[in-house]
Amino acid sequence: MKITLKIWRQKNAENPGRLVTYERDGVSADMSFLEMLDVLNEDLTAKGEEPVAFDHDCREGICGSCGVVIDGVAHGPQRTTTCQLHMRSFADGDTITVEPWRADPFPVIKDLVVNRGAFDRIIAAGGFVSVNTGAAPEAHATPVPKVDADRAFEAAACIGCGACVAACPNASAMLFTAAKITHLGALPQGQPERAARVVSMLDQQDAEGFGGCTNIGECAAVCPAGVPLETISQLNFDLRRSMTPSRRH
Amino acid sequence: MTDGLIDGLYREGEPIADTKAPGVPLAERWSTRVFGGHLVSPNNRRKLKIIVIGTGLAGASAGATLGEAGYQVTSFFFQDSPRRAHSIAAQGGINASKNYRNDGDSTHRLFYDTVKGGDFRSRESNVYRLAEVSGNIIDQCVAQGIPFAREYGGLLDNRSFGGVQVSRTFYARGQTGQQLLLGAYQALERQVAAGTVTTHNRHEMLELVVVDGRARGVIVRDLVTGEIETHLADAVVLASGGYSNVFYLSTNAMGCNVTASWRAHRQGALFANPCFTQIHPTCIPVSGEYQSKLTLMSESLRNDGRIWVPVAQGDTRDPRDIPADERDYYLERAYPAFGNLVPRDIASRAAKRVCDEGRGVGPGGLGVYLDFADAIARLGRDAVVAKYGNLFDMYRQITGEDPYQVPMRIYPAVHYTMGGLWVDYDLQSTIPGLFVVGEANFSDHGANRLGASALMQGLADGYFVLPNTINDYLSAGPFDTVPADHPAVVEAVTSVQDRIQALLGTRGTRSVDSFHKELGQIMWEHCGMERTEDGLLEGIEKIRALRREFWADVRVLGEAGELNQALERAGRVADFLELGELMCIDALHRRESCGGHFRAESQTEDGEALRNDDEFAYVAAWQWGGGDGAPVLHKEALHYENIELKQRSYK
Amino acid sequence: MAIATQDRKTRPAGRTSVGLKVVMATTGVLFLLFLLAHSYGNLKAFAGQAAYDGYAEHLRTLGEPILPRSGFLWIMGVVLIVSVVLHVWAAVVLWQRAHRARSTPYVAFKPVQATLSSRTMRWGGLTILLFVIFHLLQFTTGTIQVGGSFDSPYQRLVAAFQVWYVVLVYALAMLALGMHLRHGIWSAVQTLGWSTRSREVPIKRTALVVALVIVVGFLAPPVAILFGLVK
Repeated sequence: MKITLKIWRQKNAENPGRLVTYERDGVSADMSFLEMLDVLNEDLTAKGEEPVAFDHDCREGICGSCGVVIDGVAHGPQRTTTCQLHMRSFADGDTITVEPWRADPFPVIKDLVVNRGAFDRIIAAGGFVSVNTGAAPEAHATPVPKVDADRAFEAAACIGCGACVAACPNASAMLFTAAKITHLGALPQGQPERAARVVSMLDQQDAEGFGGCTNIGECAAVCPAGVPLETISQLNFDLRRSMTPSRRH
Repeated sequence: MTDGLIDGLYREGEPIADTKAPGVPLAERWSTRVFGGHLVSPNNRRKLKIIVIGTGLAGASAGATLGEAGYQVTSFFFQDSPRRAHSIAAQGGINASKNYRNDGDSTHRLFYDTVKGGDFRSRESNVYRLAEVSGNIIDQCVAQGIPFAREYGGLLDNRSFGGVQVSRTFYARGQTGQQLLLGAYQALERQVAAGTVTTHNRHEMLELVVVDGRARGVIVRDLVTGEIETHLADAVVLASGGYSNVFYLSTNAMGCNVTASWRAHRQGALFANPCFTQIHPTCIPVSGEYQSKLTLMSESLRNDGRIWVPVAQGDTRDPRDIPADERDYYLERAYPAFGNLVPRDIASRAAKRVCDEGRGVGPGGLGVYLDFADAIARLGRDAVVAKYGNLFDMYRQITGEDPYQVPMRIYPAVHYTMGGLWVDYDLQSTIPGLFVVGEANFSDHGANRLGASALMQGLADGYFVLPNTINDYLSAGPFDTVPADHPAVVEAVTSVQDRIQALLGTRGTRSVDSFHKELGQIMWEHCGMERTEDGLLEGIEKIRALRREFWADVRVLGEAGELNQALERAGRVADFLELGELMCIDALHRRESCGGHFRAESQTEDGEALRNDDEFAYVAAWQWGGGDGAPVLHKEALHYENIELKQRSYK
Repeated sequence: MAIATQDRKTRPAGRTSVGLKVVMATTGVLFLLFLLAHSYGNLKAFAGQAAYDGYAEHLRTLGEPILPRSGFLWIMGVVLIVSVVLHVWAAVVLWQRAHRARSTPYVAFKPVQATLSSRTMRWGGLTILLFVIFHLLQFTTGTIQVGGSFDSPYQRLVAAFQVWYVVLVYALAMLALGMHLRHGIWSAVQTLGWSTRSREVPIKRTALVVALVIVVGFLAPPVAILFGLVK
């Protein structure tokens, strides 16, 4: 296949970036999108040009490292991670625009690499159960209904890639935060801190500079982990409940 | 230079032994050791600094637990978030001897299965302790809110895994590693908020600082700014994972590397059993030159899928057109008792054998069929979808083929490294103050790891073992402050800077990846699934030549003071080029077959692995020879007092 | 050693971005109730002048003698104005935050599933706000008079909507209102935390139906007047 790539090149956070066009010939349909970039980088290196920087690690769709906006859609035309996207999703002669996640709380580090440290800080604000190592009761002490465990799992499947933020017209991180609220809130172990958790995490999310949610649903539509939109409703429910004074411990 | 060299490659030094495990009956060793070790009082802990490298299951759980205890923990990792360490990709599950199934499981049985599965090349004391704390891990994880699979009664579900006869594997669909890691990560972030842990993302450890014989800090590179930083502490914990990426193509993440371990090795830590690598039989085969990594398909597929190749060589017909009598279901034929469910090492070698015979399928003839046609006919398509749907989807996503219609193609791939830095019962390396946890150490899996045991070991080390053993060392601290201009620090910083300059300054013609790929091919061919005397010797020569070429002709563009991914990879490949040689030497010297290490010269008449307990029932711990000097072998004899040494059989 | 979540100093829940959204959702629900009642009243036009003017008079006397004449309308007016101020204030704050959250736009950006309604809430809301001001000047204060001045509300109504461009303005405003409601109703339910996966599609369908009912209800009298069906 012959492909024309327009890739965002940006030296660092301070310098403005621009799209640079690269022509690629002999692209195999069986290549993953990132392998196509690998080959591009090998060619650039051979020509003495600096290779394109992009984040990636596991290349099996679970670590959440990779993620670029391809033709205006986070992770591209398939609902999967960029590393699991294969070139057979494109046609011979296509022009593909590749940009980094764009959100001010995710500043560009270089080319397609952004800093997603804001997500870690949102988790640090309350995305956990406060249990020190060794303090745990026997695992079977508290049965958890299967439906609750399954719902918790579905939300916990979030890989923290940031596609939700990238796709949101408001650059909101609600789906990410809501996934953790829903995960921990669905389980008995998460109940004691439930009311405080939602306020702390949302507060941190706002402080990081993410936009507010307007329930458009782009986030869930591009989420490679399939975190459902209803988690946001759950977060909203928990937040409203936390406004009741007796619920705030 | 060649004085006393064995095979012209290495020397033999003094034997070593673990001196920390108490000489009491097996079941009492851990509690005896915990009681016997010194403690550090809570008000003194905040004066003690601990550096943790890596945030996988072992590193994150250790960092969180040490932070909870009140130590000052500093954590470094090359990824952008602690949550992205490669433990996240583990699929199957985590073992624990809870005996929730009432199927006769016990601490002793888990201990027994693990030692046997490891082909009797692991240490009894360590494995028993692993089994002992396994149940606590499940308790801890459940309390953290990890959404393990449950039954309708609300209790935890279990499944069985290869090589054992009980159901002791806890799981969260096919994403157990992800869920366990997120639990540890959240515990770590909780300590970040509490102020006991400081995390440094996108930082890579490039040197260990050893002062007066003790590990006292690390030199790291900030991968964003390129700045070389010195961090000093009272103890250093390596949780930097395995080194499967020496093969270039493996199921490991692209960033997994040996650099932290290798730098420690060069500073004096012994490297144990480097040749023990696990090759997983069910991975998606290579599709082309550009291939960057291999994707594992869960071992569970072998429960219902049937593995076969055409009887005839070079049969390129559509698999569906090949009649039953022209198919060779070679595992069912050769191992009627276990059939398609033989252990990983045996299934992998069998696949290689049929491909070597020219009967492999797919591109390059490197693949065998894993066929679900019979399962679909027997169970119905819906049942197969329910059981394996996500795996089939993943296969289709990667290959573009529909596994409901045509058989999957699979091929073995490097998956895990049992070898690693040598540690004693306290998980302390031969450098005092340097502790090694998780896959980075060698301690628990012997020559072959059983499924669902890696997660168990990582969390056992991080949550329960290290936080108890490290106190004994730290009770002697805080140690004298190391000034920033201490000669050892200056030397470490200079060596890191020199190395970066050397990599950037060569400006040769070949890319880093081209060297890495070539190294991987050498390793796969000469130190892969089947190893021979001649092959290993040839491999060593090739690696040495490649290493020379690397330093003369590598091309790394860009600068040191910026995000430079080629430079990062170059440093890692440089260390792999040294490790690869040691792996070959280790494989050469171990003239027996055991677990994942198969020497063609040591097999039974049926072509099965033949162990040699009389000569090789020891851990091979290698000391860095320095420069061109040959490595020095230190043997730690393995004693089996609680298990009888037996040859494995799966016929 | 460890601190728990509750030790953190946080702003009150109402000040978070979701708190602002709750304000918008709650005031939005008030608007919706008002619109339904208003639309119902307008349809009295089909019952003739006596019914329509009678209804208008009824609103002024509602609650008497506990309330003074027009007391109910005053209370409603105050509640609605306060709601508008809160709704707009929250919208502006969130708009600013969203704008600051992505100061560098995408070169190429392609929504995957967003509806036009969901992506035009802010401009649609602004359109509706301007229209409401115009509408109040026309029918409440009488500042803008089209088609002549009358004491009877019914005559005022008929005279105004015999002019084609007035109907056009109202039709465009109702289009904006309909789109705003279509996403707004769904959004309010989600913001108040009442949506679930199984309810999502029914809620969105209901929102569409309610929006259509309101738009048709509001547009029926003007269109009927324009075409001479109501005189």
